[in-house]
Amino acid sequence: MLQHYGPQVINLLAAILLLLAFAMLSQRRILSLINLFAAQGLVLFLATALVAALTAQSHLYWSAGLTLLLKVLLLPWILHRLIRRLNVKWDVETLINIPTTMLIGIVLVILAFNLAAPISQLAGTVTRSTLGIAMASVLLSFLMMITRSKAVPQVVGFLAMENGLFFAATAAVYGMPMVVELGVALDVLVASLILGVFLFQIRERFDSVDTRHLEKLKEH
Amino acid sequence: MNLAGATAQFTELLLALLLAPLLTGWVNQCRAWLQNRSAPGLLQPYRVLAKLFEKEVVLAHNASPLFRSAPYLIFGCLALAAAIVPTLSTGLPLNAAADAIALVGLLALARFFIALAGMDVGTSFGTLGARREMMVGFLAEPALLMVLFTASLISQSSSLSTIVDALGHREFVIYPSMAFAGVAFTMVSLAENARIPVDNPATHLELTMIHEAMVLEYSGRHLAMIEWASSLKLFVYSCMGLALFFPFGIAQGGDWLGIVLALPVLVLKLAAGGAALAVIEMMSAKMRIFRAPEFLGTAFLLAVLAMLVHVLLEA
Repeated sequence: MLQHYGPQVINLLAAILLLLAFAMLSQRRILSLINLFAAQGLVLFLATALVAALTAQSHLYWSAGLTLLLKVLLLPWILHRLIRRLNVKWDVETLINIPTTMLIGIVLVILAFNLAAPISQLAGTVTRSTLGIAMASVLLSFLMMITRSKAVPQVVGFLAMENGLFFAATAAVYGMPMVVELGVALDVLVASLILGVFLFQIRERFDSVDTRHLEKLKEH
Repeated sequence: MNLAGATAQFTELLLALLLAPLLTGWVNQCRAWLQNRSAPGLLQPYRVLAKLFEKEVVLAHNASPLFRSAPYLIFGCLALAAAIVPTLSTGLPLNAAADAIALVGLLALARFFIALAGMDVGTSFGTLGARREMMVGFLAEPALLMVLFTASLISQSSSLSTIVDALGHREFVIYPSMAFAGVAFTMVSLAENARIPVDNPATHLELTMIHEAMVLEYSGRHLAMIEWASSLKLFVYSCMGLALFFPFGIAQGGDWLGIVLALPVLVLKLAAGGAALAVIEMMSAKMRIFRAPEFLGTAFLLAVLAMLVHVLLEA
């Protein structure tokens, strides 16, 4: 039962991951963006736990647990606190309008699928076909970082990109060694804390968290 | 065409005609419950139809024959569409009459006539509604076609009957692409049936209305045909969604016991679908008309993604 439907469910979860990446790309509100990020973490946790159960790789259970703790609970909580203290619940500003962004997103997905096709033919893992989706969600998160002008969505984009990378590692080679995974998890946590402090500094200086103000830093 | 097939086909058509107002009534009832209002009764759409059929028709002086014939044409298109979509059984005689693409064409024909009729009398409201309807339609159609193409790619056929056979009667397989297609199809059917995020079905007097603006000039039996046709449209879209995404319980051709058993399954599925529709309508606010392209563009992109995911994961 598990061996038969397991890979299919992983494919479904991968597809949901891509769907959530697109939902984040089209989202205008910061609050919903953070909730979508938490949902993406949850899907990632389910996918990793399922891969662990399918392949009997015990270290994947650890990384699944780490995902649940860090990306579903801790980071969304930090982000929620951050926007409450920065008092920014709304974000309507995108540099390119949303339909155009979505079109660029589709092009990126085609690119990622084409790039991943030869690699996944070489891989022997049960999850090999999801590599394209993992690459697509990395690229989509990157696109989100580029097209948003406010700092908080950029931070969420950065964190979502890490989600995509994590999924790529699980899909291609059943996860990285434990030490690397712990290191990356810690890095992400520290990065989000530092970015939080950074955001407060930007707001202190310019009374807004629009990163376009940073372009005017140079002295005349 | 043999007699058994014709009987099954006729039963299905009759059922669609009779059940369609009930579905509309059920959706209204669910919505009233969710809004803490007392509901207008499940049979209210039938009473409205009966009342309208008795009333006399008031025509504008400059109404052309097209205006008078349009309600029957629209009703005919949608009744044919309801006969083609497999609701109880696959492999019926009319299933071969049109595949999924022709079905979309049939729905487009109905839209074409309703838009023409809206413009016929020359009131500004009708023209406005017709233009908006055509805008929504031309954005929704490619998305709907893409959803149907995804299902066709999976089952190697563009006939809805074969698609249902492939999805429902072979070994159960999870298709991730159908998750995308499902979301896209939901968005398209909300827009096509003049439901809340795009249009408000509960209003007759609002500057933002689309469907009601077009049929504002109709009265009496013409209005009854139009109302019945829009109930049928909701029924057709619901059954198309059920056939594509929940094809379980639909009988195969010639299986009489299966057809009898398919009826309660269909009613249950429609009831669940109607309740879900009411919940979606409650959860969302009506969009500005200029946000509709974005909404339907998203539906189109999701449908394209469904095809891409199918190529990546399932091919």
